[in-house]
Amino acid sequence: MLAIVGTIPDEKFPLTGGIVSLKGKKITIRDWKVDVNRGTPAMIAAAIKTLEYMGESNPYCYLVGDIGSGVGSKRLYRHLTDQIAAEPFQTLALHYFQPDVRLFKKFLTAIKTMPTQPRLIGDAGFMYVAKMGGDAPAFDLLTPDAGELAYLADEKSPHPFYTRGFILHEENLVPDLIKRAYRHHNASTYMLVKGATDFIADKNGIISTIDSPKVEVLEAIGGTGDTITGIVSALIASGLEIVTAAATAAKVNRLAGSFAAPTPATQVAAIIQEIPRALEQVLG
Amino acid sequence: MLDIFRRKKDKAAPAGSDRGILVFENTTAVIRAESVLKAEGWKIQVKGPPPEIRTGCDLVIEFPLIEELSIIRRLAEVKIKPEQVVPVNNTLLEPVDLVHEKTYGNYLMIRAANMKITVDKKSKLIVNVSGGGCPDVPYLADQMVNKSIDQAPQPRDVGYTLCAYALQIAYDRMVKLCSL
Repeated sequence: MLAIVGTIPDEKFPLTGGIVSLKGKKITIRDWKVDVNRGTPAMIAAAIKTLEYMGESNPYCYLVGDIGSGVGSKRLYRHLTDQIAAEPFQTLALHYFQPDVRLFKKFLTAIKTMPTQPRLIGDAGFMYVAKMGGDAPAFDLLTPDAGELAYLADEKSPHPFYTRGFILHEENLVPDLIKRAYRHHNASTYMLVKGATDFIADKNGIISTIDSPKVEVLEAIGGTGDTITGIVSALIASGLEIVTAAATAAKVNRLAGSFAAPTPATQVAAIIQEIPRALEQVLG
Repeated sequence: MLDIFRRKKDKAAPAGSDRGILVFENTTAVIRAESVLKAEGWKIQVKGPPPEIRTGCDLVIEFPLIEELSIIRRLAEVKIKPEQVVPVNNTLLEPVDLVHEKTYGNYLMIRAANMKITVDKKSKLIVNVSGGGCPDVPYLADQMVNKSIDQAPQPRDVGYTLCAYALQIAYDRMVKLCSL
């Protein structure tokens, strides 16, 4: 089963665990309904669409309200550290969260005591904190965009905000940054780098690239990186090998974007609706 | 009298062990303190904290140690209290200073570090906010999207993290370009 950890941008949203469902443009967990705009709700919605297509059950999610103060994230770090060891999840996707190196390391230690080691996927705040603490290699898959890859490649930077200019510069080629991230042990077993061209790589180099269909405006639309992480997490949880799941997710996300005929003002919910059609085209 | 103090404040931040850093509870407090101190002429700089006090998503303010008392007093007047004041001997991390612009027809996207903001150039409406990984990013997007660039809340006023600070840099550039 897939489990997802993330935050909801509403301070009143309580620390909640449960199976999440999707209806229209809202996800539901227990008595709470949340709009699917971007961030973890968009990632969950994309995962649900993919799991439904694959005939799998909906994900179990650990969610907490946090608008950036870190208060909710800290509560959920502690809850997970206490509870996760007994859980049977086979795939664990960690998403928007307040980076806190000390609390994350405790959580990671607890994950290592789970009965079956889950395939560990990281994006957003959890990817940041993994790199900050030197824990990126503990992940099976990280899903940075090109800017975040530069952060992973910069061994001195504790957050994308401090990535040094000579590494961040646009002319730096993604393959070189991937090599640099692996050289400094700031990469996961596999990497899915999201961008104008999507790259799938491991420590030996580039495994595959996906560059069509080209939908340039996706870069401007909040949540399109979250949807690809949701799709790949669901495909891995459905039994696909990580490399196959990553390549499939990259194609599906592009196609779903293309089907939505987006402008820079399009909201990600419109793209999520197109995921089943895109999955059918790639896997059907 | 005032001129004497002003001259003193206008000195560049000295290099070496005569610098200190102000550590705050969150990035919002850093941004507020930066605004207050810069508006009054102190040559302070926002930097990345040294590894020994780094917890995650944080910023610090570097300042001339000799001015510690007056800076702390001024911040107290506006109810901002640093958690720590620490002398610095090592080089601190510089925030990213690359800002990229990209045009999609009638839309302009600006990226600073890992954050992007996109505006309809005709209506000045913020149509999307993307990037980032800290929990205030979806919240900031919720607060800013579908509002005019001159009416939306600024990231510095409602955000907390480095992602919010990066978005503020992109927002400031957008405001400047939209006013040309």
